[in-house]
Amino acid sequence: MLATSLLNPHKWVDNHADYLYAYAISRISDDEQARDLVQEVFLAALEKADKFEGKSSERTWLTAILKNKIIDIYRKRSSGLNNAVKVAEKEQEDFFYDDGHWREEHYPREMGIEDNDPLHNKEFNQVLQRCMKKLPDLWLTVFTMKHMEDESTENICTELKVSSANFWVIIHRTKLNLRACLQKTWI
Amino acid sequence: MGALKKIIYNCKRATFLIEKKLIGRLTLREKMELHIHLFGCSVCRVFDKQSALINQMVQQLFKSTKDNGAHLDDTFKQDLQHRIEDELNKN
Repeated sequence: MLATSLLNPHKWVDNHADYLYAYAISRISDDEQARDLVQEVFLAALEKADKFEGKSSERTWLTAILKNKIIDIYRKRSSGLNNAVKVAEKEQEDFFYDDGHWREEHYPREMGIEDNDPLHNKEFNQVLQRCMKKLPDLWLTVFTMKHMEDESTENICTELKVSSANFWVIIHRTKLNLRACLQKTWI
Repeated sequence: MGALKKIIYNCKRATFLIEKKLIGRLTLREKMELHIHLFGCSVCRVFDKQSALINQMVQQLFKSTKDNGAHLDDTFKQDLQHRIEDELNKN
């Protein structure tokens, strides 16, 4: 019944638990929920072990199960998304005048990070993380799915039940907000 | 006033197109619109540069969290393996 030649559940925890946990925690930032997820993944995997065909590695297969569960969580977090889109549209007025010009106080300014390898700048990374935490849940969810999971736009829209037009409103607004926070905090 | 003239002065539209360019795809016409706008707008050129950088940093951030590994404590792991064994024995 169990494809024991392909899967080795006796070693799952040793081989994959830390990896799956790190994967989960980086995506949902909730320790307890991340632990629960790891457990759920193993139990779900046992149930459908007979469907494992060995086309991918054990870890890839377990990670795929985890990823689906994370998307479920994203989906739950993002219910009420359409309301958030309205807020996003409205708040955009903070950044621009009616004619689309930047408001002077929101002019993007050079932050001194543009040319000197900020990817390895620890302090800037910390500021970035703080600014991301300030984003509304729903925006962060869309943003995270795009950048972390590298999901296709179509998938995100389907999973979160958001129109493609609204997806772009959220992405635009999130970036305006994130960039503004960085500038404010960093300079 | 033509659509082209509108984009030349519209930073809201330009920043929107910048986002679309970064993670999606622009139509030929949108590409041209953005190109013309950026040619004349230094403020949005700053935004353009920073926005691409932010995306890179965010992606890097997620990647490094994964590699640098948070890990579970041993007690939790032992319990977990026990549960798995229990399930296996049920079958």
